[in-house]
Amino acid sequence: MEALTNRVKVMERKPMTFVEKIYLWNIMKGMMITLKHFFKKKATIKYPEQKRPFSPVWRGLQILNRDEEGRERCTACGLCAVACPAEAITMEAAEREPGEENLYREEKYAAKYEINMLRCIFCGLCEEACPKDAIYLSETFTPSNYTRESFIYNKSDLLIPDPKTDPQGFAKARGNRAKKEEV
Amino acid sequence: MNPLLLAIDTETVIAKLVLIVIVISASLVIAMYETYAERKVAAFIQDRIGPNRAGPFGILQPLADGLKLFMKEEIIPATSNKFLFILGPCLAMLTAMMTSAIIPWGNKIEVFGRTVDLQIADVNIGILYVFGVVSMGVYGIMIGGWASNNKFSLLAAIRGASQIISYELAMGLSLIALLMLTGSLSLRTIVMQQMEPGHFWNIVYQPLGFLIFLVCAFAECNRTPFDLSEAENELNFGYHQEYSSMKLGFYLFAEYVNMFISSAIMATLFFGGYDMPFVNEAALSPNVAAAVGIAALMAKIIFFIFLFMWVRWTIPRFRYDQLMNLGWRGLIPLALANMLITGAVILWLHK
Ligand code: SF4
Ligand code: SF4
Repeated sequence: MEALTNRVKVMERKPMTFVEKIYLWNIMKGMMITLKHFFKKKATIKYPEQKRPFSPVWRGLQILNRDEEGRERCTACGLCAVACPAEAITMEAAEREPGEENLYREEKYAAKYEINMLRCIFCGLCEEACPKDAIYLSETFTPSNYTRESFIYNKSDLLIPDPKTDPQGFAKARGNRAKKEEV
Repeated sequence: MNPLLLAIDTETVIAKLVLIVIVISASLVIAMYETYAERKVAAFIQDRIGPNRAGPFGILQPLADGLKLFMKEEIIPATSNKFLFILGPCLAMLTAMMTSAIIPWGNKIEVFGRTVDLQIADVNIGILYVFGVVSMGVYGIMIGGWASNNKFSLLAAIRGASQIISYELAMGLSLIALLMLTGSLSLRTIVMQQMEPGHFWNIVYQPLGFLIFLVCAFAECNRTPFDLSEAENELNFGYHQEYSSMKLGFYLFAEYVNMFISSAIMATLFFGGYDMPFVNEAALSPNVAAAVGIAALMAKIIFFIFLFMWVRWTIPRFRYDQLMNLGWRGLIPLALANMLITGAVILWLHK
């Protein structure tokens, strides 16, 4: 049959030459190659101490955002849950009571908000769907854990620190995503 | 009574016992760190770093590994032959350690006004003893493989046995040429001859013999490219597949001890043993000379161990027919030719 691609490599099955037959010379050549690698710079990144820089479009663990006054932005509209292809998000809405204006930005908020990290595929569609800038994929991994339950992240795991009480934690949790917001 | 027996007094016995303890524990510690070195060498050759978590540079890794092996569950398969199943690893370990008895680790030292040989037993048939013990080593593999009552293990055992038998022949023949040269079977005498001024190391007189011996040593130690009896991808671990816990540990350990001992034998036979080049040991005080000698021997051994690992992480395994071809059609005729030529040259030189 005619070759369909030009990537076919024809194996030559000719008998070994004398040099190949005594192996030693070729083994020596191979050993020189491995010796060169012995002194090469190592590719390993010693993970907990050294970290690989994330790509600017990296989609990591979700965070629930707050506004500048520390109010939760999410209004429990459910658009993220609808957008989610993995059906990882569940939430329960509640109405904001008078006097809670400093806690929630909108008059409806998510009383319960859970993401199952074992289902999530980190596609980022929730972030795209959100009309309130309330959910972001941050620049961290999901940490490893021993139980399935611990991978269901609830609001306390997802909410970022309050900018008024912990401005540094807030800035850190938002990471470089904040810049994107400004654009 | 035999006058020889009378010459052995209590102090000699104590000195020998101490020496035995030191040599055995040293071989075990070295074998332990060989496992660490192996992982490091493998990693470095593959552009990785290797174990680096347990202690600085992962120095404590062998201890962690040993502990892990000890804590594992001991499993003896129900259909195996229990006695032989346990005997296998014991035999492997025993034969690996036994060879260390006749290696001269250094010259004499003086302690408490006594001169002590740094050799457990200077038997005058040293090399024959090595052969005897090394060929026993295959029983560890064979018994282990057979007692496991498992097809893969059995295949591996058969492979191991036939491989070792084939390469032992070439090894013996290559040594006969060396023995013609030295005229002695005692390892200490061989080292002494190489230390004499005006006499080079045996590698200079027997390069081909050394090469054959080296290849055979790889085969005898079951090291890549001759690790057919534990080929992971075809026999899934071969003869120690059914083993667990420390019995497996013994098998793995025996391999490293074997590597250490055969490095020591190669250094002794072909590279002057405890002879430090360009240093006149006779001019130094005996203890200093012994220290220098041990250091020299260790350096040579470490080089050979590195060579073992370097080759392992460079080349893949031989196919079985290639292995047999190389052994019977390559090395044995070569060793025979080497022996004949050496014999002829010696005859011609001595007229
Ligand atoms: S990243 Fe994708 S899969 Fe994960 S919660 Fe958001 S929409 Fe669902
Ligand atoms: S995170 Fe955004 S999309 Fe999801 S429920 Fe809250 S406001 Fe709506």
